[in-house]
Amino acid sequence: MPSSFPPTRDSIIAAAASDDVIVRERALEAIAAAYRRPVYKYLRLRWRMEREDAEDHTQDFFAQALERELFARFDPSLARFRTYLRTCVDSSAKNAAKAANRQKRGGGAMHLALDFSSAEGELRGVAIPDERDADDFFRREWLRSLFSLAVDDLRAHCAEHGKQTHFALFERYDLGAERETYAELGVAMGIAATQVTNYLAFARRQFRAMLLARLRSLCGSDAEFREEARELLGVEV
Amino acid sequence: MGFLDDATLEHLRAVTNAPDMSRTKYTIVRELARGGMGTVYEAQDGELGRAVALKVVTAPEAMPDAIERLRREARTLARLEHPGIVPVHDIGDLPDGRLYYAMKLVRGPRLDEVAKGNAARAELLRIFGRVCEAVAFAHAHDVVHRDLKPENIMVGSFGEVLVLDWGLAGGAGVGNGEWSAVSGEISPQPHPAPHPRHPTVTAPGSILGTPGYMSPEQSRGDASAVDHRTDVYSLGAVLRWMVGATGESVPKAMAAIVARAMASVPGDRYQRVELLAADVEAFVERRPVSAYPEGALERLRRVATKYRTPIILVLAYLVMRVILLLAMRGRS
Repeated sequence: MPSSFPPTRDSIIAAAASDDVIVRERALEAIAAAYRRPVYKYLRLRWRMEREDAEDHTQDFFAQALERELFARFDPSLARFRTYLRTCVDSSAKNAAKAANRQKRGGGAMHLALDFSSAEGELRGVAIPDERDADDFFRREWLRSLFSLAVDDLRAHCAEHGKQTHFALFERYDLGAERETYAELGVAMGIAATQVTNYLAFARRQFRAMLLARLRSLCGSDAEFREEARELLGVEV
Repeated sequence: MGFLDDATLEHLRAVTNAPDMSRTKYTIVRELARGGMGTVYEAQDGELGRAVALKVVTAPEAMPDAIERLRREARTLARLEHPGIVPVHDIGDLPDGRLYYAMKLVRGPRLDEVAKGNAARAELLRIFGRVCEAVAFAHAHDVVHRDLKPENIMVGSFGEVLVLDWGLAGGAGVGNGEWSAVSGEISPQPHPAPHPRHPTVTAPGSILGTPGYMSPEQSRGDASAVDHRTDVYSLGAVLRWMVGATGESVPKAMAAIVARAMASVPGDRYQRVELLAADVEAFVERRPVSAYPEGALERLRRVATKYRTPIILVLAYLVMRVILLLAMRGRS
């Protein structure tokens, strides 16, 4: 029986240290895609930045990360990449607080296509994490981002392979707030309940593989990947 | 992708991790326990309409040999048809690539939980005898358990005793590389969870077993020296734990049985589990035990204890006779 685990996706953390500037830029974009929401929320809550400041700082942080080759300096033997990145954000936020003049928005740097208003909406009702909870908060937001990216991957995969019904079931049952019975789902989607079982199983199988592939790409080392996978899904990989 | 709230996130984590039971006759009811490589679920067999326990490789991406280990464990169990060993019903592959095997769902406390419930020493020793029977049966089939400990022994609701977690089991003298399955990693029913005080050590390619119950040859990582006497050592450690669990003083004869079972050199131990069980039975029945050469006074005390009731009755009778004789003499 073949494993559903996909071939190892190259680590974008490793690519962030590439000598090739294009590879480096692409890697940074991928890192930013996974981390910009957690970073923005973290700045808003942990550093109590105003909305506009947090937007600016998130933009600046990733732009400067490219210019200063910040991620190339990451040493996987010392910390997890997520911890390293959060430490960098903390350091950057401290410097920003000291700086009298804020960097102008955009200033020739890479512009991240982030819908900050939606990220802002997600902050409603979220408690401000104190120093002790900061890492947990950042990890939680990172997980949310990781799962969201995997859902996007699954949607694209299903669309590409003509499995829209599979994704629709997954979206309705696993992402929805209320869960209907398989029989009800079958009626709603025009398929048998047994098909609902099989379609959902397929979608979850693919989702799992995509989630682990995403996770792998965002880890700086195999050891980090194994630790994250163990914590995330309780699995040994 | 829109915002994933915490509840959705947790649901996704759960379903992503759950085994894909589609195309099987089983439906997962609940998770019983989780280990590094295997998870045990209570499941419903839809065809036979009965509850079973399913042990499933935790992840299809698990270490490449995890599937083979589980398969070997299932086959080992299948060979051991004994009332003290959980029977395997079925084995198969799931659509997501995971291997599973189905076995009888056994409900009941583990030995360590039984001991916490103030079980009498006599009851614990009865359980020990049943454990020895199951292990001896395995040995007769050239299977060594290698991870015997209280957490791997279950007492069913009808008093039946089951030896669990044969994940480390293998033949005598088999190298780690061939049998280094993880056990103790799983549990309650039918496989007890790793005990916080007795976690199974699974250093790859070196030591496998549980500290406190592991024989010296296992501790050294000397797989070639592992044989059925390795289980004798672990049984000795279980016995030591049992007699200490009740808080009563340990008689010298029992201490000697434990000492012989746990001798550092395998040649100094009981050479078969049956001999250990026989000594424990002799102890329970207050007969001489082979591990302890008792003196004349100790023998007298043991016999007096064993026959306490008839001796008291005879003495009472004699006293009555003497009193009667004295009374008759006084009257005449």
